[in-house]
Amino acid sequence: MPEVIDHRPNRALLPADRIRRDPAPSRLQYRLERMWLRPIWRRAVRIGVPAALAILIGGLWLADPDRRALLSDGVQQVMDKIQNRKEFQVTTMVVEGASPVVDAALRQMLPVDLPASSFDIDLAALRLQVMQLDVIESVDLRIKPGGILSAVVKEREPAILWRHARGIEILDRTGHRVASVTSRDVRADLPLIAGEGADLAVPEALSLIDAAGPILPRVRGLVRKGERRWDLVLDQGQKIMLPATGAVIALQAAMALDKAQDMLGRDITTVDLRDPSRPVLRLGMDARNTIREARGQALLGPDGKVIIPEDDKKGG
Amino acid sequence: MAELYQTQRAMRNIRRAALQRGVIGILDIGTSKIACLVLRFDGTGTFRETDGVGPMAGQVNFRVIGAASTRSRGMRRGEIDVMAETERAIRTVVAAAQKVAGVRVDHVIACLSGGRPASYGLAGEITLESGRVHEHDVARVLAACDAPDFGRGREVLHAQPVNFAVDNRSGLGDPRDHVGNRLACDMHLLTVDGDVIGNLVQCIRRCDLELAGIASASYASARAALVEDEQELGSACIDFGGGGTGVSIFVKKHMIFADNVKIGGQLVTQDIAQGLRVPLPVAERLKTLNGGVEATGRDDRDMLDLGPDASSWDGERRAVSRADLIGIMRPRVEEILEGVREVLDAAGFDSMPSQQIVLTGGGSQIPGLDGLAARILGPNIRCGRPLRIDGLAHQFTDPGFSSAVGLALFAAHPQDEWWDFETPADSYPTRSLRRAYRWFRNNW
Repeated sequence: MPEVIDHRPNRALLPADRIRRDPAPSRLQYRLERMWLRPIWRRAVRIGVPAALAILIGGLWLADPDRRALLSDGVQQVMDKIQNRKEFQVTTMVVEGASPVVDAALRQMLPVDLPASSFDIDLAALRLQVMQLDVIESVDLRIKPGGILSAVVKEREPAILWRHARGIEILDRTGHRVASVTSRDVRADLPLIAGEGADLAVPEALSLIDAAGPILPRVRGLVRKGERRWDLVLDQGQKIMLPATGAVIALQAAMALDKAQDMLGRDITTVDLRDPSRPVLRLGMDARNTIREARGQALLGPDGKVIIPEDDKKGG
Repeated sequence: MAELYQTQRAMRNIRRAALQRGVIGILDIGTSKIACLVLRFDGTGTFRETDGVGPMAGQVNFRVIGAASTRSRGMRRGEIDVMAETERAIRTVVAAAQKVAGVRVDHVIACLSGGRPASYGLAGEITLESGRVHEHDVARVLAACDAPDFGRGREVLHAQPVNFAVDNRSGLGDPRDHVGNRLACDMHLLTVDGDVIGNLVQCIRRCDLELAGIASASYASARAALVEDEQELGSACIDFGGGGTGVSIFVKKHMIFADNVKIGGQLVTQDIAQGLRVPLPVAERLKTLNGGVEATGRDDRDMLDLGPDASSWDGERRAVSRADLIGIMRPRVEEILEGVREVLDAAGFDSMPSQQIVLTGGGSQIPGLDGLAARILGPNIRCGRPLRIDGLAHQFTDPGFSSAVGLALFAAHPQDEWWDFETPADSYPTRSLRRAYRWFRNNW
């Protein structure tokens, strides 16, 4: 303790004790501050340096293959743990609106055995796979709460039979294949169409069959000609040739003729309506011979040739 | 002269480049304080009517985004005394202003208050070849002004064409396209010591700054403190600074005279320190807080405590009356005003049509100064504050900052100077092209 204590006010700190700091920034500090005010430096230091450090540390840590394996194993374990939780388990599959055959096919298509995690079921891929079945028009796949995989299926309705060179197929209203059949008798209730490209014009064929209502018992089927127009084939070798456009109207006209004059009940083999303004009828053999007989002409044989009497041949 | 012309042109180009980059710094290096403003030029006006700043004088295309001021160091009488100290002061103030603005300042415009300014009125005359004043004729008549002998080591700071006359029609502001046979011009030339400018340029360059222009401090403060009518009708601006008192005379919006009285506020402080036997900081404090020039009876009873630093050895506190302080300050202020009077007389201010005198600068805040100045200088006296510019903080709007504000106006709208016109030699190719064009037009 000093012997003399200075009690004077405001003299606690002698001026010499005070260190006067120069308020001016040093030249280096000044230059650094100015450099810091450049946007490119700020960006480099604020974003570039932390990013480089993070990449460096991460890269160094991952350089060891053991650590990489450890990391991927850990991630995989956590993912498995989460995916195998009870909440994500799918236990049952419910199929609505499908026939038993389709139901079985759907269950077989499921890539995993139930119960399975809902993460393992790829609904979009499964849906694409299911849609490849011809019989299915649309399917609504979803995983419902409670672990239920619900599939609401809408099947295609068989509308018509199509006979072609490779067999007989059932088509739906739009012409899409539903299934194949071995013989026509399996589905005798469906109308029959034939010919190349007939499946592309199924809606028109259906409307033609609707229009042929009065003579439906006599209709054998429809034949697509040149992928362009239809022939309506009846029993007793009769057929109605329809135009490429306006076939329904032409058929309705033929039906009207038939109703008024019983056209199809007569000996006519072909009704040619390809030119709607000028229908043409082809008479049957008996009718032609009746006419020839009445005119005194020689009769025609079943092959369409004039029968030459025996005596003429001999005498000739 | 040619070298100077090139330097000044280069500075104008730097200024234009700085305006294109949008940021320019203003550096007002005074004897007692140093101020730095950072201006942002962003093309269209950003002023808001709610700020109380109207589109006055067209100063709307910039705003102050950073400002700082600090005590000046190493300066004496408006000139650089110790370069390193001044450089430190510049670094301090520029760093502070940059911090406020958040942008880097690369180009500065500075002003110079000392350096023994000398004004010259020059006259030039040419005959017009084409009977009409063209752009190059203006440059030619400016080049034709006969420069007097400035003396050794003098540099031209301002060379402004003040007046043009075509034949006998005088008083033209812009003579271009006037018809006549003879073009005459009057030019005001301000020269200062070249070494002083050199020191300033060197100091600024050592702070990594580029000089985009340099102006006389008295010119700058007059541009900020005089309103347009005063500049048009004729007036004198007295800038009371720390190290000197600047005088500039304006008429028809042009400076026609500038000079410097070498007595300033620091001498007043020195007088107080000597007279009252107090340290300089205490004297400065007494001057700014309690100073005055008109003593009244009340001032005798108004005792000012001199503080602990001024007390005697045994700790007894001293006090002086305000009348004593005024008694010390007044003779020195009167001496300053007498000096200003002499300068104005030498400039022929008495024969000016309007004799308005505007007091500005830090010293003009002494209470009662306008009364004293009215007795010595003339009846039309007012204390002027700088023009309000957009974004300037309130503490920078007092009269002490008028030269900084004037420099900002100078940066935004510099008046035409001699180096803004092409020299006749440079314009020769364009003229010959024009002649060729005319020949084609007449003949085809």
